[in-house]
Amino acid sequence: MWDYSDKVKEHFFSPRNSGAMDEANAVGDVGSINCGDALRLMLKVDPDTETIQDARFQTFGCGSAIASSSALTEIIKGMTLDDALKVSNQDIADYLDGLPPEKMHCSVMGREALQAAIANYRGEVWSDDHEEGALICKCFAIDAVLIEETVRANKLSSVEDVINYTKAGGGCSSCHEGIEEILTKVMAERGETFSPHAVVLKEENKPSKLTNLQRIKRIETILDAIRPQLQRDHGDIELVDVDGKTIYVNMIGACAGCQMEAQTLQGIQTRLMEDLGEFVKVVPSRAGSYVRAASHV
Amino acid sequence: MDGIYLDNNATTRVDDSVVAEMLPYFTEQFGNPSSMHSFGNKVGLAIKKARLQVQELLGAAHESEVIFTSCGTESDSTAIWSALRANPERKEIITTTIEHPAVLALCSHLEKEGYKTHFLKVDDKGRLDLDEYARLLTDKVAVVSVMWANNETGTLFPVEQMAEMAHAAGVMFHTDAVQAVGKIPMDLQNTKIDMLSISGHKLHAPKGIGVLYLKRGVRFRPLLRGGHQERGRRAGTENTASIVALGKACELAQQHMHHENTEVKRLRDKLEAGILAKVPRAFATGDVSNRLPNTSNIAFEFIEGEAILLLLNKFGIAASSGSACTSGSLEPSHVMRAMGIPYTAAHGTIRFSLSRYSTEAEVDRVIQVVPEIVAQLRKLSPYWGENGPAEEPEKAFAPVYA
Repeated sequence: MWDYSDKVKEHFFSPRNSGAMDEANAVGDVGSINCGDALRLMLKVDPDTETIQDARFQTFGCGSAIASSSALTEIIKGMTLDDALKVSNQDIADYLDGLPPEKMHCSVMGREALQAAIANYRGEVWSDDHEEGALICKCFAIDAVLIEETVRANKLSSVEDVINYTKAGGGCSSCHEGIEEILTKVMAERGETFSPHAVVLKEENKPSKLTNLQRIKRIETILDAIRPQLQRDHGDIELVDVDGKTIYVNMIGACAGCQMEAQTLQGIQTRLMEDLGEFVKVVPSRAGSYVRAASHV
Repeated sequence: MDGIYLDNNATTRVDDSVVAEMLPYFTEQFGNPSSMHSFGNKVGLAIKKARLQVQELLGAAHESEVIFTSCGTESDSTAIWSALRANPERKEIITTTIEHPAVLALCSHLEKEGYKTHFLKVDDKGRLDLDEYARLLTDKVAVVSVMWANNETGTLFPVEQMAEMAHAAGVMFHTDAVQAVGKIPMDLQNTKIDMLSISGHKLHAPKGIGVLYLKRGVRFRPLLRGGHQERGRRAGTENTASIVALGKACELAQQHMHHENTEVKRLRDKLEAGILAKVPRAFATGDVSNRLPNTSNIAFEFIEGEAILLLLNKFGIAASSGSACTSGSLEPSHVMRAMGIPYTAAHGTIRFSLSRYSTEAEVDRVIQVVPEIVAQLRKLSPYWGENGPAEEPEKAFAPVYA
């Protein structure tokens, strides 16, 4: 039995704002029948103020899917559309006093329904490349699709790489067999053979020609260049420390605890490596949402 | 604990008289059966008695055909690995798509180790195609492993006939019978079944005890080597208290065999008919005319199983579901998928499994509660309209991504 919080149970047993809404002028349908959850979010938006006057939902899904839908409608009622777009899946999970890692996707579905509904209201087409795979790392709630894509995109070849890039496998380590299977498969695609004993020959770090101060300033400049993109998604990044090859950062706002945080960090790391011309590792200094997720294990 | 327990295919309550029988083996009779002194001697005799009780329930020809193990999974693994090691030149396995993970996951793993596994498909009632099976039985096959009864639907498989066919082809035959033993009569001495797995906790014995039946003369390679326990076929000091308990549980199962197939079956049929009469768009899955007497698996369309279980639990009713969400995986039950049950129904399957402790009053209560729960959840479902499924539900609600 799942370790659901009292809040989840309460919202499941007595869902708020459930049922169809005839006067809705914004509707978002999302979900995955194969995964057994699907959500229709219906909003009544005041055209003058773009305020959400009422919100209702219909959900085909498990206890936490229904509770997440209920929580979402409660959170966004009375918000302007712009404010509602700032609601993250973590906000939904927090509202419910947390969700088990296997169930975080229920809160993601809530956020996506919200985006879809607002896009529908604004006459935009909302599409999502979101794809879910089997959960591999239970400590940090990371699925096979994300690991596979990261391994492919970055030509990773060891479990250690996967931990550094995605955090998957960095906790209890029970999933290392699963990660090795993904490595074996993806490396075979590029004609390599996975070997757990291979000495990982990291590109030997070229001696940095920059002084420490110059290097840190350079990192700041690169981060500044990335910042506008993050801010567009209502997030931000802050440099905390540089310790040799490890760059510690803080993810702020919507970036903090975002399901895409690992991918975002990885993108930033790639950019830093390209610009600095050396191998570096970007690490969130505050463990953030994943620690919360891990605490449910 | 009060409540209505209809999840006996998951595990069962240990019978009070079974507990009474096993308790002395923790304290007064704590000896090691291998010891020469009197502390061990009596324990050895108790194990012998338990072996006879298991033999009796299985209808086995010899008590030495009973090997005590730690669980059903160990028995399955021992049987399959043994067959592969005893026939190193044979690199194929035949099993089914609807096996328990104890067999399925092992066979999938063996594929990675270079073995070829044939997964027999089932039809919409969960029945096997014996012609396909016959075609696959060649001298490349080391072992066939087919469950006697499916844990989710209760569907029975013609394992005795399949064992005959395997025997005629010179192939070893194993059956995972953890759901069947104690619920339907068996007479293994008159079958060609070579190996059979039992799990104690499915028949009112404790968890952590199992049996591998190994027909005399069948070539065998132990999984655990070490001491001489179980005639060297399963090393490790005997779990004496649980072995004694399993013996007693087998004796009780034998006594209740008629009750199981009359009274328990009657209650199961009443439960199923009662629910299906009151709930629209619901159907029983599996081969309903050929299944265990205690199991009913019902698919409730357009709602999700975990949500049903949570609401049932609120009423003190325990059952289980083939939904993806109860397992944490993304796919609904592989058994439902194998039978081609559509996703909108597969996610809403609920298994009710009764036992000799189930009562008429409990069944009546469940028949009363289930329709309310289903109606409550359907009200939340985007696939459900005012009084029935939305017209063309697949089109009425087509989410952006799948």
